Amino acid sequence: MILSRVAERIYWMARYIERAENTARIIMVNSNLLLDLPKGIAPGWEPIITITGSSDLFSEHYAEVDERSVAKFLISDKLNPGSILNSLLSARENLRTTRAIVPRGTWEVLNDLHYYAEENKSKILSRKGRYEYLTHIIRSCQLIAGNISGSMSHDQTYEFVRLGRSLERADMTTRVLEVRAGNLLPKLADEFKPFDDIQWKSILESLAAYQMYRRHVHVRVKGSAVMSYLLQDKQFPRSIAHCVNEVENCLRSLPDSDDALRTLGHLQRLVFEADEKDMGRKMLNKFMSKLQVTLGQVHDQLSLAYYQTDRIKEELVETKESSKDRKEFAA
Amino acid sequence: MRIKWKDYEANDLFDELIGTTSRPRKAARSVCKYLSSLRENELQDISHAAEMAMHVMGITFTVYSEGTGIDRTWPFDIIPRVISAREWARTEEGLIQRVKALNCFIDDIYHEQNIIKDEIFPEEVLADSVNFRKECVGIDPPLGIWAHICGSDLVRDKDGTLYVLEDNLRVPSGVSYMLENRMVMKRVFPELFEDYSIQPVDDYPTRLFDMLASMSPRPADYPTIVVLTPGIYNSAYFEHSYLAQQMGVELVEGSDLMVSEDDCVYMRTIEGLERIDVIYRRVDDLFLDPEVFEPESTLGIPGIMRAWSKGNVAIANAPGAGVADDKVVYAFVPKMIEYYLGEKAIIPNVQTYLCMYKDECDYVLNNLDKLVVKPANESGGYGMLIGPNSTKKEREQFADLIKKKPRNYVAQPTLSLSTAPTLCDGKLEPRHLDLRPFILSGESSYVTRGGLTRVALKKGSLVVNSSQGGGSKDTWIVE
Repeated sequence: MILSRVAERIYWMARYIERAENTARIIMVNSNLLLDLPKGIAPGWEPIITITGSSDLFSEHYAEVDERSVAKFLISDKLNPGSILNSLLSARENLRTTRAIVPRGTWEVLNDLHYYAEENKSKILSRKGRYEYLTHIIRSCQLIAGNISGSMSHDQTYEFVRLGRSLERADMTTRVLEVRAGNLLPKLADEFKPFDDIQWKSILESLAAYQMYRRHVHVRVKGSAVMSYLLQDKQFPRSIAHCVNEVENCLRSLPDSDDALRTLGHLQRLVFEADEKDMGRKMLNKFMSKLQVTLGQVHDQLSLAYYQTDRIKEELVETKESSKDRKEFAA
Repeated sequence: MRIKWKDYEANDLFDELIGTTSRPRKAARSVCKYLSSLRENELQDISHAAEMAMHVMGITFTVYSEGTGIDRTWPFDIIPRVISAREWARTEEGLIQRVKALNCFIDDIYHEQNIIKDEIFPEEVLADSVNFRKECVGIDPPLGIWAHICGSDLVRDKDGTLYVLEDNLRVPSGVSYMLENRMVMKRVFPELFEDYSIQPVDDYPTRLFDMLASMSPRPADYPTIVVLTPGIYNSAYFEHSYLAQQMGVELVEGSDLMVSEDDCVYMRTIEGLERIDVIYRRVDDLFLDPEVFEPESTLGIPGIMRAWSKGNVAIANAPGAGVADDKVVYAFVPKMIEYYLGEKAIIPNVQTYLCMYKDECDYVLNNLDKLVVKPANESGGYGMLIGPNSTKKEREQFADLIKKKPRNYVAQPTLSLSTAPTLCDGKLEPRHLDLRPFILSGESSYVTRGGLTRVALKKGSLVVNSSQGGGSKDTWIVE
């Protein structure tokens, strides 16, 4: 048994924690990438803003897309609803209202992280300080995930943690692929650009996937293999296929999940039938947008099925209907 | 510098830890010895550790302004207040006796009103009561109990006698701080707990759960119990959430619940509606049911009074229980104890002058500079006049207020509240305090071991309320 409101807040809490971790990671990986690439080749910071889907908001408030502005915008800017600080704040507000449900230790870590992020935000101005800061964020988010997984019953409430986390992860993976891979894919089939491999590697790192890719894909880092790994590998926790399967497992243990499962089935077909060789730059954008829209539909269906419920238990519906029938009969 | 109890000046007040000869009282001997064994700065370090622990544990109340929450921790003093088990046993008896009589009174008021017919309790007090709910007349809550959770404030005067200062019967709060304070103390003073037998407090949530479960209208093994909160903007939200967590029940807001056509209360879950048996509500009467009370209230549940009056759901405290939470009614509690129980009150009341009676009113008006004047229905220490600390202008204002609505004011002599050593800027100084134990009434009664000690952190201040510069201490009942 879980309250609709609680389900919704737990779901968002998990999404926001995941978002904070993912954002921290892409900033960190991009900082490292830029150190490795010559100026002319380096993609700069614009793609990072594009990945987070906040280009318009950014250009409203910042004149230049440089390292400092982007870091500030994505980490500590209160005006950016998706900034790490705002994500942590939202996660904390959601957890505060569900504290009664989630293990106490989880709250303590999140609470602590929130204070850390707020009190140390001046650190992000220097590269060294930023590295430390972002590492702390990522580790604490993982600590929270571990805490939930290790000390909370894997009941229906827990399914909403997994739902939030998996949908957020899948969404992030589509975005990273859309933007970063999109820029890398050759305009002509056999074109090889120098430093490509470093950049594909950084895509993997943005999703914490480099080490596992090396273990499981026995080819050197190259575009098509990276694409299919992040899209279709069933074992890697941030691949789209894995996330989507997670969502399916959650939905199967929840009531009234038929609609969402149907949409998910559609999503799974899209993912598994995709052939990365057919994907030119344009196709990729289209394909990833389609995945994002479908993920959005799954979210909407969750919302409809669980968060806005006003459904009466069956026996009650029956008594109500029969009394209605009787009234009509009498009239 | 190490603590030398000889240098601690309790003046001529009653100090909870240090006796008149500057020697620790018997019950406090070990703790005082331990404290004076600490090295320089060690106390300050422990105090800092306690503060950090509270911060991380999120033991806060939140002040919201312009959409952002500011978390404040309630100041906590690490020096415990110690009470001997023997004294506490007697106090416990007195509290149970008192709450029993109060419950008889409330039940009587909503039924026969014998206490009025027998001219023990004046009818006009009831007529002017803002907490009397005519909607509750004739209703029989389970076990005839209305005030299931009561927080009575105790103070000790110069002569060492404990008095009841007031009874909080509406939605008394503070018990979570009592529990958390103990947890923090165990973290920062583990050594003390090893060789001292301090009675544990942490069975409160279990007792609360059992009491609530005993009220269930459906005889089932697992009644569905919820804690109803006004929401995150309420300053006691932390406590609501904490208690729900400790009892393992749902924390709900009004919008999570609904009353169906069968006049039962349901909560909205991901699987549809689930019936509720018992509601521990932390929402004031007037916001409970927009169909009956405040029509604009969004905190309540339309129809819940209907469900309650039909006995389909139990509510703690029962709507209307606040009728006894009134400083005029308070003055009659010793008489109630005699009337309903045929016993003498074990814990005395503070002498109270009722301005509704002409002779007492005259006395109050002539002695405003010596008395504490309180409005009958405020809580949180607001709207009071503390005579000895007041200006002439303030006294004139109060005289006018009293003359306009004498029923609304009571006055009491200014008590010399007892003190206890409190860490102030690295030094121990006496600060005034009170004590709020919590009394549960169901099939049986239960009193917390000790309660929440609130301390006025400002030198000389007698106001302990959290909203007005008060802090808290852990309370130890020791063998």
